[in-house]
Amino acid sequence: MERTTIDLWFGAFVMAGFAALLVLALKAGNLGAERANATYRVEARFDNIGGLKVRAPVRSSGVLVGRVADIRFDNERFQASVILALDTRYGFPKDTSASILTSGLLGEQYVGLDAGGDDKKLADGDRVTITQSAVVLERLIGQLLFSKAQEDGAKK
Amino acid sequence: MLSRASRTLTRVGHNFIENVWRAGAMLRFFFVVLAASGTSVRRFRLVMREVYFTGVLSLIIIIVSGLFVGMVLGLQGFETLQKYGAQDSIGVLVALSLVRELGPVVAALLFASRAGSAITAEIGLMKATEQLTAMDMMAVSPMARVIAPRFWAGVISMPLLAAMFSAMGVFGGYIVGVVLVGVDPGAFWSQMQAAVDFQYDVMNGVVKSFVFGIAVTVIATFEGFDAPPTAEGVSGATTRTVVSSALTILALDLVLTAFMLRGGT
Repeated sequence: MERTTIDLWFGAFVMAGFAALLVLALKAGNLGAERANATYRVEARFDNIGGLKVRAPVRSSGVLVGRVADIRFDNERFQASVILALDTRYGFPKDTSASILTSGLLGEQYVGLDAGGDDKKLADGDRVTITQSAVVLERLIGQLLFSKAQEDGAKK
Repeated sequence: MLSRASRTLTRVGHNFIENVWRAGAMLRFFFVVLAASGTSVRRFRLVMREVYFTGVLSLIIIIVSGLFVGMVLGLQGFETLQKYGAQDSIGVLVALSLVRELGPVVAALLFASRAGSAITAEIGLMKATEQLTAMDMMAVSPMARVIAPRFWAGVISMPLLAAMFSAMGVFGGYIVGVVLVGVDPGAFWSQMQAAVDFQYDVMNGVVKSFVFGIAVTVIATFEGFDAPPTAEGVSGATTRTVVSSALTILALDLVLTAFMLRGGT
């Protein structure tokens, strides 16, 4: 087959297009950075997850250690069951506690892990038993008003 | 009085039926093109030549406008985000709006006006000068030889052009955000990487641009093929290509976005 300039242009064009897609995937997107590492799954039950979403970050001491893999409603315990996919590079003690926190005042919600002191490590399929639910602003205000009313009632 | 009202009504009805007819004919045309695509695969050189004309020659306008759009997004985003002290999120704003919406849509609009109009004018003129009839006389199917390669070239080029547009836009946002305004480069990239999901954001953008590529080239080739064989007819067909491509792109974008955001987290 003879070669023509069109072949060159076509090849260069297609390569440039795929290079752009690769840049978007690796530099702007999350491909590569996270997929490379294997994860293990841990369950945590919360009374209230607030606005937590699938793929929200899981942080310990502010460092990204995993992602929220799945959120379900446990119809037997009437609690939210959150599956956390944690990076195998990081091991956590069995009595680690999980809490739902907010980054910044109005930022996204994430799961924070606080390591405990147990010798045994969490393994795939384990459950984090100590959890703290998300802070729901309406309930907080409700509590504040309620305690305020009680105080006023006690004075009289 | 009555006659004027009835005349208006007749015209509206005529236009409506005409447009429905065109939509149906365009769909049939689409399947005829698909059926005639065998030659495009066997003689891929034909498609490559059209990719050169529709894709490669659109590169300059795509790259330059992508850069400008990204820079404007960076400036505008910084202005607003600064009020909330969230200027570090500028990378997220630029990347998400480009990858999800602006990349596919603006690239498709540019593609329609740069390449779509050229396709319509070329095919319309080939029809007006009876080249298509001549091909038919020589037992060469104009569908397989002229229309299908142009269609496939557009389908191939469009996602690549949209990806380049988005990449250049992110680069433009980087120039404004990091180099000009002084956002921390680490925060710029890391927040962007945390927010942009490959499958959910990047691949959905690619799917969008793919659909737009099909829509624009079908409209462009159909308008050219359907144009009245006069100078006036070709010019009208070219205008119609740009107008109806733009409308179709925006309407399709709404539908696709509604589907893609469903169940999105």
